[in-house]
Amino acid sequence: MTTYVLRRLVVTAPTLVVISMVVFGILALAPGDPLSQFASNPDVPAEVRLQIRHDFGLDQPVPVRYVKWAAAFVRGDWGYSFASRTPVSGLILQRVPTDLSVVGAAYLVAIVLAIPIGVVAAIKQYSWFDHLATTFAFVGFSLPTFFTGVLLILIFSVHFGWLPSIYNTQVRAPGEAVKQAIMPIAVLALFQTASLARYTRASVLDNVRGDYVRTARAKGLAEPAVVLRHVLRNSLIPVVTLMALQLPVVFTGAVVTEQIFRVPGIGALLITAIQTSDTPVVMAITFVFAILVVCFNLLADLLYGVLDPRIKYT
Amino acid sequence: MAIPLATLLASCGGQAATTVSSTIGTASSGAGGSSVQASSTGASTQSAGATTTASSAATAASSATAASSSSAATSAAAASGARGKAGTLKMLFWQAVTILNPHLATGTKDVFAARLVLEPLFTASIDTGQLSPVLAAEAPTQANGGLSSDAKTVTVKLKPGITWSDGEPLTADDVVFTWQYVAEPATAATTVGNFLTVDKMEALDPLTVKATFKGPNPSWFSQWLGYNGVILPKHILKDFIGAKARDAAFNLKPIGTGPYKVDSMAPGDLVVYSINDRYREPDKPAFAQVQLKGGGDVVSAARAVFETGEYDYAWNLQAEWPVLQQIMQGGKGDLVTAPGQGIEQLFFNMSDPNKDVNGERSHFGTPHPILSDPKVRQAISMAIDRDTMAKQLYGDTAVGPTVDVLSVPATMKSTGVTIPHDVAKANQLLDEAGWTKGADGTRAKNGLPLKLVLQTSVNSLRQKEQAIIKQGCQQIGVNLELKTVPADVFFGGAAGDTDNVNHFYTDLQMFTSSYTSPIPISYMRRWSSVDPARDVPQKSNQWSGNDYTRWRSDEFNSLYTQAQTETDTQKLADLFKKMNDLVVSNYVTTGLVDRKQADCKAKWLKGPNIAVFDANTWNIADWTRQG
Repeated sequence: MTTYVLRRLVVTAPTLVVISMVVFGILALAPGDPLSQFASNPDVPAEVRLQIRHDFGLDQPVPVRYVKWAAAFVRGDWGYSFASRTPVSGLILQRVPTDLSVVGAAYLVAIVLAIPIGVVAAIKQYSWFDHLATTFAFVGFSLPTFFTGVLLILIFSVHFGWLPSIYNTQVRAPGEAVKQAIMPIAVLALFQTASLARYTRASVLDNVRGDYVRTARAKGLAEPAVVLRHVLRNSLIPVVTLMALQLPVVFTGAVVTEQIFRVPGIGALLITAIQTSDTPVVMAITFVFAILVVCFNLLADLLYGVLDPRIKYT
Repeated sequence: MAIPLATLLASCGGQAATTVSSTIGTASSGAGGSSVQASSTGASTQSAGATTTASSAATAASSATAASSSSAATSAAAASGARGKAGTLKMLFWQAVTILNPHLATGTKDVFAARLVLEPLFTASIDTGQLSPVLAAEAPTQANGGLSSDAKTVTVKLKPGITWSDGEPLTADDVVFTWQYVAEPATAATTVGNFLTVDKMEALDPLTVKATFKGPNPSWFSQWLGYNGVILPKHILKDFIGAKARDAAFNLKPIGTGPYKVDSMAPGDLVVYSINDRYREPDKPAFAQVQLKGGGDVVSAARAVFETGEYDYAWNLQAEWPVLQQIMQGGKGDLVTAPGQGIEQLFFNMSDPNKDVNGERSHFGTPHPILSDPKVRQAISMAIDRDTMAKQLYGDTAVGPTVDVLSVPATMKSTGVTIPHDVAKANQLLDEAGWTKGADGTRAKNGLPLKLVLQTSVNSLRQKEQAIIKQGCQQIGVNLELKTVPADVFFGGAAGDTDNVNHFYTDLQMFTSSYTSPIPISYMRRWSSVDPARDVPQKSNQWSGNDYTRWRSDEFNSLYTQAQTETDTQKLADLFKKMNDLVVSNYVTTGLVDRKQADCKAKWLKGPNIAVFDANTWNIADWTRQG
């Protein structure tokens, strides 16, 4: 196992370097300009724009810019945002709590809902509950978040006026804070519950036909004990690894939902940075996401080996 | 001779009088000032008073508004309410604020947010070009000795007794320091364009600043005007000039002389302000806290004010009029508009965008094979249905259709040129020019089909404008191909981008230029080619020139050069009108729609008054809750 881990870690470093080069290259070659807001402003003469471009380091060749960025990143300096002229690390860290409380909470809600739904749907296959759950999964997975988000706003904010449609980080009263988080969490959880429930259902169906389940029942164990102690544990192995793989998504947040509800998460930061060609911010977020994906991939693989004794790593 | 002077009363009367005098502006000239399209305000006695004085002021025209505004001013001061009693104000910008230092900011939303805290020496809230002093004591003129007779020096006195929110006094040193900060190239200040004419600035005494220009300068105020000219505190930023400017904590939490100070600032999300206890007007501002949230899109921002009432003010509603109208039916808010967003214009390429000359297209010396003929340009201009464009797409968010390229300030708006919407005449012109209609409806001449490409940015409003233009072109036998480019590329200037307005690699392009000064000399640079190597975008100057159309007119250039140093206001206005007429009557560029700035506010909010040459939040100290 340890040799496997070491081998994977050794491969990680060059993988990350290649990823960073590809992302940086794409951003550098893509059209778009952080100074585009000045084009229609006659007061910013060309000489000024050239000067600003020089100060941002944009007039240097791409390889030079990459090396400078990489050297700074390793030292912990993630660069300065073009738009805010503040350190990028500060911008990102400021948004982590909001991301965790909205996207993270949605993820937890999805897990708490999806696993029971998937298990019951599988145990009582083809029952009315199963049909309902499968249809719900199908619908929830197919409906895009920008549709469900706007729909919820129109129903609960505009028509009924029960819930606020704009997320405000200044809100202190716990009642208000919960009210404004309900809709974004619901939108995100709907989507994630759907996919997790289906996956859990498939995994449980695989296991419930196993010989050991028949043996357990023959031993006289009660049905709940069979399901919870034997079937569930084994079914959760692939589900847990799937959850580990999806965890980095909590970091980039849910871009569309954050835009609709104006949740100041990292996804919203990423989108704004892309739209304004704020390269340092885009690089930092994308690269951190790449690091998280690579690490969680490794974690998922290891977890699989730990949970399933049939797997042996060499 | 002198620049029109808006004589103001001291301190609290001054602020209110500015508000009142801008309503006077509305009453007197249709195009001038701002209009709050609301049901009559709660303090009806105040506004009624303003209107009656307005009609008398209208006849009196320029200067003498002081007498009429004084009586209205005192009643306005009484009605403005005590400090901090109005609760919390929630504002929504659909582009989030990322920095609070206007001299480093790249977007208008940032300067609007900073304007609650930082103040300039002057504002020009009336779009006739009249200046109102903010931190200055009065506007310098030749009469009061502030302006030198050769228009090369100006001396300004500051209002006494103003302090920064941390207690330090505002002095002339801060004004001089602001110039040093911006003029230092390593600071990469975005407002440096306004300071280029300044030769040196010095503090004659703690309350007097003297600026010397490189030549006679009719725009002597531009480095101190509105959001481009906010004064920065020397005692805080003196160690942050140059490359270190980006490290200053001030950029996210500025210290200013304005009515508010920043409590917290999350870039890209939310700014929270509370009252600056040291603000010079003791009974203002009315709102104890302001929350400025950013992000999302225009339509949901409008919804938040009109339909759900979650927010009290939303900025810059650039959405299609039918969509806005539907949301406005929510009834909880009102539209706040003012002319001066800019004119949506159609530019004709005088050079050939399809011929490659030494590695560049749209080469200055290579004339356009089709558009060089003024009759063709005239025909196209006449075929565009500007009325439909203005009414259907913009509605109340536009002043109306226009053929001019300059409309603000109103004193410089020309009425000299008319271009009727006349499809028959347009067809006739093209027939005369030798373009015969082919079997498929497209005209051709000597085997060359009349096929053109029109580019603009990705924006649903603009796409509909393109459709209207294309329809007009179809009616006269012009085959118009439409091209759209994402906004940040279209307006960008990054090396390698060829789809932008500078390169102009198509036959026609369409966008809006914004107004930034009551003397629009930098605005008119768009058509000047005084020094072609510098002014015409080309490879040798990295496409940084302003003359996008590659038009060369010695007459225009001489008018432009004259306007740079003309100090007589009447002569200056005539020069700008002539420049506009030259551009429009030669069909180099044609106006389409004269757009308004459109914000919206909750019905109970009183005070928002959009200023063309300053941030929409310039008078936030006067905003209050009515009733």
